[in-house]
Amino acid sequence: MKLALKIWRQDGPADAGQMVRYDIDGVSEDSSFLEMLDLLNEQLITSGEDPVAFDSDCREGICGMCGVVINGEAHGPERTTTCQLHMRSFNDGDEIVIEPWRADPFPVIKDLCVDRTSFDRIIQAGGFISANTGSAPDAHATPVPKEDADRAFMAAECIGCGACVAACPNASGMLFMGSKVTHLGELPQGQPERGARVVAMTEQHDLEGFGGCTNLGECTRACPKGIPLNVISQLNADYRRAGYGGSSAD
Amino acid sequence: MATSTAPARAARKGPPSILLKTVVAVTGLFFVFFVLFHMYGNLQILVGPEAFDEYAHHLRTFGEPMLPEKSFLWVFRILLLASVVGHVWASMSLWRRAGQARTTRYAGKKKTSYGGFYAKAMRWGGLALLAFVVFHILHFTTQTITIDGAHASPAERVISSFAVWWVVGIYALAMVFLGMHLLHGVWGAAMTLGLNTSLQRAEQIRFVSILLATIVVVGFLIPPFAILFGFIE
Repeated sequence: MKLALKIWRQDGPADAGQMVRYDIDGVSEDSSFLEMLDLLNEQLITSGEDPVAFDSDCREGICGMCGVVINGEAHGPERTTTCQLHMRSFNDGDEIVIEPWRADPFPVIKDLCVDRTSFDRIIQAGGFISANTGSAPDAHATPVPKEDADRAFMAAECIGCGACVAACPNASGMLFMGSKVTHLGELPQGQPERGARVVAMTEQHDLEGFGGCTNLGECTRACPKGIPLNVISQLNADYRRAGYGGSSAD
Repeated sequence: MATSTAPARAARKGPPSILLKTVVAVTGLFFVFFVLFHMYGNLQILVGPEAFDEYAHHLRTFGEPMLPEKSFLWVFRILLLASVVGHVWASMSLWRRAGQARTTRYAGKKKTSYGGFYAKAMRWGGLALLAFVVFHILHFTTQTITIDGAHASPAERVISSFAVWWVVGIYALAMVFLGMHLLHGVWGAAMTLGLNTSLQRAEQIRFVSILLATIVVVGFLIPPFAILFGFIE
């Protein structure tokens, strides 16, 4: 395959950055999107140019490290992570525009790499259970109804890649936050801190500068794990029950 | 829930975004109640101009002699005005936050988009509706704008105005905007109030939003078109 790539190049956080065009030939349809970028980087290194920086880790769609916006779509045209997207989803001769996640709480580090520690800080604010760290309890010590366990697991599939923020017209992190709140809120272990969790996470979310959800559903479509929009409604419901942040001491 | 790993938090600027969204949702639902009530009043003209005038008169004398004249009307007007201020202020605050959350736009253009056109028109469509409401009050309430001279009877004012085709055009266009706003607004309000908790519930909310938008648009457009085509004189 022969492709015309338009890639965002930015030397560092302070650099203004610009789109640069690269023509690449001999791309296999069976290669993944990241392998195609690897091929480009090999050519750039050979010709003495700076390779394109991008994030990746497991390359099997489970870690949440990779992610770029391809032709305006987070993770590209298929419902999957960028590493699991294959070049067969494109046509020979296509022009492909590749950009980093665009959101001010995700500042660009270099080229296609963004800093997602704002997500870490949201988790640190309350996305956890203060567990007793004694010996592991028996698996059946705390019974969980099947439906609750299923919903918790569905929400727990979130890998924190940030595609929801990248796709959202408001750059809102509420699908991510809703996933965490639903995941822990559906389980008995998550109940003691449920109110305080949603209040602290929402406060951190706003503080990081993410926008507010307008219920469009772009996030759900971009989510490689297909997490439904109703986790955002769950977030809103939990936040209401916690008194809209008025009574954060739980 | 104090843990040693939790970072020290700086003070947040302005109200929490979910609280702002809730203000938009609750005031929006009040508007839904109001437009249904308003629509019921408009449909009185199908019964006859006398029934319409009587209804308009009763709105002013509602609760008499327990309440002074027009007191019910003014309480409702003040509630509506406060709701408009809250709805617009909270929406604009969220709009500004969304703008600040992404200061660099994407260069690539999406081929397909998930949200309906009506859902994307909430902000500018809402402002267009606000402009219409101002026009509507100047037209029928304060009578600053007159189409076909001044009339003492409310029914005559309505009938003489809607006999003019472009007046019907303005109101019909406004109702299309209102229908679009309701289609996404009712859905969004239910989401924000935490009612969408399952995929089945999402379908039910979609159904209710389509139903309400249809009832309001059709209900409001029956009188002007009936007048335009000469069924009411």
